[in-house]
Amino acid sequence: MDLRWIPGATPTSAESAAIDQALTPLAADSVELGPRQLLLPALHAAQSRIGWISPGALNHICQRLDVPPAEAFGVASFYAMFSLERRPQAVVHVCDDIACRTSGALHICSELEKKLGPEGKPPAGAGATWLRSPCLGKCERAPAVLFQIAGAAGGEWSQSPATVTQALEGLEHRTPPTQASTWLVPQAQGPERHRLRLLRRIGKVDPENLDDYRAHGGYAALRRALELGPDGVLREVVDSKLVGRGGAAFPTGRKWEAVARAAVRPHYFVCNADESEPGTFKDRVLMEEDPFAIIEAMTIASYATGSERGFIYVRGEYPLAFARLRRAIEQARTRGFLGSNVLGHGLRFDLDLRRGAGAYICGEETVLFNSIEGLRGEPRNKPPFPTQVGLFGKPTGVNNVETLVNVLDIVLEGGPAFAAIGSGQSTGPKLFCVSGSVTRPGLYETPFGVTLRHILELAGGIHGGRKLQAVLLGGAAGVFVTPDEIDVPLTFEGTRAIGATLGSGVVMAFDDSIDLHDIVLRIAAFFRNESCGQCVPCRVGTVRQEELLLRLAAGKPLGSRETESVLLGDISQVMRDASICGLGHTASSAIESAIKKLNLFQGAKKR
Amino acid sequence: MIDPATGRNQRMIELTIDGRTVSVPEGSTILDACRTLEIDTPTLCYLENLTPVNVCRVCVVELEGSRVLVPSCSRKVEPKMVVRTDSERVRLSRKMVYEFLGSSTDLSFAPGEVHRQMESYEAKPDRFGARTLPAKSGERDHAHAGHHQPAVAGHAQTVFQPVKVDNDLYVRDYSRCILCYKCVEACGEDAQNTFAISVAGRGFDARISTEYATPLPDSACVYCGNCIAVCPTGALMAKSEHDLRERGQWEPAKQSVTSTICPYCGVGCTLELHVQDNRIVKATSPLDHSVTSGHLCIKGRFGWEFVQNLGPLTSRDAP
Repeated sequence: MDLRWIPGATPTSAESAAIDQALTPLAADSVELGPRQLLLPALHAAQSRIGWISPGALNHICQRLDVPPAEAFGVASFYAMFSLERRPQAVVHVCDDIACRTSGALHICSELEKKLGPEGKPPAGAGATWLRSPCLGKCERAPAVLFQIAGAAGGEWSQSPATVTQALEGLEHRTPPTQASTWLVPQAQGPERHRLRLLRRIGKVDPENLDDYRAHGGYAALRRALELGPDGVLREVVDSKLVGRGGAAFPTGRKWEAVARAAVRPHYFVCNADESEPGTFKDRVLMEEDPFAIIEAMTIASYATGSERGFIYVRGEYPLAFARLRRAIEQARTRGFLGSNVLGHGLRFDLDLRRGAGAYICGEETVLFNSIEGLRGEPRNKPPFPTQVGLFGKPTGVNNVETLVNVLDIVLEGGPAFAAIGSGQSTGPKLFCVSGSVTRPGLYETPFGVTLRHILELAGGIHGGRKLQAVLLGGAAGVFVTPDEIDVPLTFEGTRAIGATLGSGVVMAFDDSIDLHDIVLRIAAFFRNESCGQCVPCRVGTVRQEELLLRLAAGKPLGSRETESVLLGDISQVMRDASICGLGHTASSAIESAIKKLNLFQGAKKR
Repeated sequence: MIDPATGRNQRMIELTIDGRTVSVPEGSTILDACRTLEIDTPTLCYLENLTPVNVCRVCVVELEGSRVLVPSCSRKVEPKMVVRTDSERVRLSRKMVYEFLGSSTDLSFAPGEVHRQMESYEAKPDRFGARTLPAKSGERDHAHAGHHQPAVAGHAQTVFQPVKVDNDLYVRDYSRCILCYKCVEACGEDAQNTFAISVAGRGFDARISTEYATPLPDSACVYCGNCIAVCPTGALMAKSEHDLRERGQWEPAKQSVTSTICPYCGVGCTLELHVQDNRIVKATSPLDHSVTSGHLCIKGRFGWEFVQNLGPLTSRDAP
């Protein structure tokens, strides 16, 4: 291609050095995969060096990777963590999403506005600014903030729970505080700890030490898998009846078989670690505290599906998970657990770690592929399905982090033993992200089939002796559940029976002091902000939905409440029926359930 | 059926649409099959000479066994498919797409076909309230991804903004842009391979942009005008047409079209000269023309001013 670069845009030596350094270790990949897939890592390098992506830096990236500048701009401007305009080097992202806004996030926002000026609009010459953020995946320790500090000595880290003072101190000192722990798994200290499966190593294993992982049972599953052979592993996974834990609940075994049988080569295997559903933090805890388990499970998945190369795509807002996984991959590679002869068995498998940059939609599997490939984060039409035409157009298996970690026990204990856990068609253990108005928020594990009431009791019930008003089950794309529905068994079948969904395992409780109108409006804003904008139903529908709710909240309907109700029904139906991907399909589900089941927006504000 | 391109026998696929059976060659889309049956199927982002992007969703149909509606423009036919094009669900989705676009963009220059379809689907874009006022010049170009744009109370948010006039050949009136991606495709791999524009930003703030929203003369644009040719709503328009419209002198009823061959090079592109009051006001090329597929270069598209420059000849190089 004979491309035209941006005239007169040259990078500073610091920018070009940072970009070149980021691209050097990855350059070998360009031969197999083409240079374009290095766009996202290169943009990250430019952003983190000076705090924004300047025309000079973009030009340099485009020349190195042979990408037209307009397209690179189109990609960079898609992500919330990139800035294409000059911005202070120190930025704090304040989560004002559902769990955090019930825990003081709005106070942090208003105080930062007083101290630092309006969001993203610092006074001239200021060294720091702040931005509101969608859910940072720290709901169990709300409110959360994420620091993004550019420069040679910069870094990114999150802090939770956070105060106004800590937010300001982080911006000033530009170094992470020493935080004792970043996760909350109450069961890990309790009497049930021996029954934990997915969480059994959390807090016990050193996440930065491969030997410690092996001492805690690590890599026994891969050895067993190599004994079983690829077909044997497939059989166990099919027999286990494991289904995906990301929200869609697709049978994992069927997916793996389809990839394994696909005639086109090579095959790829992708771990979807772009956990961004508001209220969800389970995959973060697994990545931060047990990263080798994910690497081992990916190796097994790739062995079973005939993939020689895997990708782990971690959301941009999880710097610690990314760092832990990177260290773990390096160690595994050095020690022969990844590479051209895994465990001396002749198995060839290696892993690439990729980092998102602030876009919920990238958790949709085809969007995730586009993001890795250096394209805009827009979904592809299905069919064709990823098992036939996936990453780089090749047959691709893609699973959520929690799904993959289940595979270890399936291989070790056998599919039928795993299928005996749980209830009905919902087999195995399940992680629940419990947050909001409970006494002990945190990540909980139970076999499928316990009731919602049981989960709330595990978390110590509603805090402060208050009454439960509602539970948001499954995340922003889930539905609200009323107090008289909490005896629902938490299985795929059980939740479906009451018109709900388990989604990604979110259990967010709201006590009777919380204004749910505000929560519902935040959900509407979330989908409006996170829609990729590709298809009309979702791009405009999410905006019209929010406008309508704001009219109802203000008590100023267009026409009557009845006409507004018809309009809202029409908006949600076209999003559900005609959007390209799951974001649009589910953008109205929590909102509709709130209006129908909780009687919200029906008259004067309920307080 | 013999495929004219390969000369080979093509497998025919039989499916049912609205209760009628139809056979179409393998590889056809549901839209092709609908057109074989002369079923009136609206499209906006679809164009015969571009790769389908299936983003507007106005061509959706109901497919038995599919939870959601499917875009007929890109979904390939399969044996025994059962398709419905006139169900309540299909009608509602099409109507809503028209209402969403009608309430957020200016469709007044869209072809009569669009307005006819909107009427037939009873689209009422006013249901969402009064439209917001235009944004300030450049404001939408700088929207940050994920940053929340507060709603204007009681108003329907629009993409309205001032027209971009930064060169002598064409204008960009993004108040009319429905984000069909056609211009990006025509500028890129589907025709020109210039890649001067892309979709930038996301969500409702997504827009067609050069890098850093730089004016066209500073961008990679080569002024082939192929983006104008594919734009379905008049968001991209030759400046000659824009100026006449601004002066209230654009009168399609008084225009005639003359076919000729572009005089500049040996390729032999067919030109259609649109003439009003004995002056050329626009040059296009037919979509189904085997040489151009509707595409031209700067000379064919814009290089006809000399025909009607009646002043004395002067040397451009004269001191």
